[in-house]
Amino acid sequence: MRFMFIVKSAHPGPPTPELLEAMNKLADREIKAGRLLDMGGLTPLVTGAQVRIADGQLGVVDGPFVEAKEVIGGYAIFELPGKEEAVASATEFMQLHKDLFPGWEGVCELRAFASSGS
Amino acid sequence: MTAADAHRAILAVWRIEQPRLITSLARMLRDVPLAEDLTQEALLAALERWPVTGVPEKPGAWLMASAKRRALDHLRRGRMLERKHEMIAWDMEEQQQAMPDLDSALDDDIGDELLRLIFTACHPRLSREARAALTLRMICGLTTEEIARAFLLPNATIAQRIVRAKRTLSESGLAYETPRGQELSERLSSVLEVVYLVFNEGYTAASGLDWLRPQLCNEALRLGRVLASIAPHEPEAHGLLALMELNASRTAARIDAAGEPILMLDQNRALWDQFQIRRGMQALGRVRELGGAGGVYALQAAIIACHTQARTAGETDWSRISGLYAELAAIVRSPIVDLNRAVAVGMAEGPEAALAIVNRLVCEPALTGYHLLPSVRGDLLHRLGRYEEARAEFAAAAALAGNRRERNLLMRRAADAADAAMSA
Repeated sequence: MRFMFIVKSAHPGPPTPELLEAMNKLADREIKAGRLLDMGGLTPLVTGAQVRIADGQLGVVDGPFVEAKEVIGGYAIFELPGKEEAVASATEFMQLHKDLFPGWEGVCELRAFASSGS
Repeated sequence: MTAADAHRAILAVWRIEQPRLITSLARMLRDVPLAEDLTQEALLAALERWPVTGVPEKPGAWLMASAKRRALDHLRRGRMLERKHEMIAWDMEEQQQAMPDLDSALDDDIGDELLRLIFTACHPRLSREARAALTLRMICGLTTEEIARAFLLPNATIAQRIVRAKRTLSESGLAYETPRGQELSERLSSVLEVVYLVFNEGYTAASGLDWLRPQLCNEALRLGRVLASIAPHEPEAHGLLALMELNASRTAARIDAAGEPILMLDQNRALWDQFQIRRGMQALGRVRELGGAGGVYALQAAIIACHTQARTAGETDWSRISGLYAELAAIVRSPIVDLNRAVAVGMAEGPEAALAIVNRLVCEPALTGYHLLPSVRGDLLHRLGRYEEARAEFAAAAALAGNRRERNLLMRRAADAADAAMSA
């Protein structure tokens, strides 16, 4: 099954160098293990925009968006046998944050692709 | 968390950690089968303890510590008098003292070790089937029961295959090392063959019966990615990966709602997985950069790529496909390849040229009883207006067809040809 991991946090600021290094190592291992298909970090909210429909009207809003609490900082796409493996993988990823980014709080949400078959 | 949930969660961690556990132990013990046994013991210990204690915060480190302890015990208990082992045991104790925190999961480069393990599991001394079972077990972390279900074989058969293969590895004292140079290419083909066998076993299965059949495809794809990333200069590793990614991209379109297979030209191309196609095309691009476009897997991948790049069946570049089949036929002597080439030639140049190829295959012993030969021949004859001959070919093909759906289709085509013959 193909999963998208979406990392969200209300915590501003870049990761510590230690976390960054550990994440790179983890990514390298996961690519070599054939599980990690794609990943990327996203630039801060202020550089983004939203195109939305409300009350039947199309509108464009430039960032930052005042109402945004949790911001998506990055994503990864994994190919894994099932949800248990995805949870194990996300847990390992978040453990790195816990160990190497003191005070950081956030969520790694994992969602299976609808069309990726079994 | 129920016991079954805990069990699944543990196996999930296991699949991530297991290759590293085996490679670490194999490096210390210089014995892959023994390393595999001891890591299995560590798994059993986890299955016993974790449901009670909960999954530890660093499950990988726990498993590694447990496996290493077992390796130490084994060496102490066993041939302690042998100096070599004493040295190893001493080394390990040193290491353990030097690294009380075993959380080094991210610090060793798994690439070379994993490659070495794959080469060991796929040693040419083992049968293809044994290589496949051992690879799924040691590299993919599947249990014996899962492998047996995936191959639709009894547990005992797979268990025996694994035991025998491990014995062969132990007894022959095969070096645990990555081959180099010319030997690497030869040994690599033995690995690629196994990966493709695993893929096809899953891909050709009637789907939907059991998730473990498609799971074989995914494991093969994963192994393909592993090989491409840890042996990045081997064009055929990328060629096989491209072939598997491109074939797998059609999975969602291959069966209809009733579970019946749909032929490629009739498939809904919107259901083809573009993400996977892109990955396949990237791998194929890498093959070309490495100058390997003429490889067996690369050529097959290039043929599939012609299909995936066509927005509609009508836009398929058949002359390129027939050219690729001609290249493939020049390096693998196979009547099946020739038959496929005939189909492509029939689309590119017309039925006359294709029939000339097919007629040469009629006496081919390897195709005796193969229903697609009369089926293709019937199609070409029909297009040439030779309806009575076409009818006879379709009838012959229907009699040979293995499954009901194909038989029905061929009987319908025979009836159409008969009607055409009447009104001609």
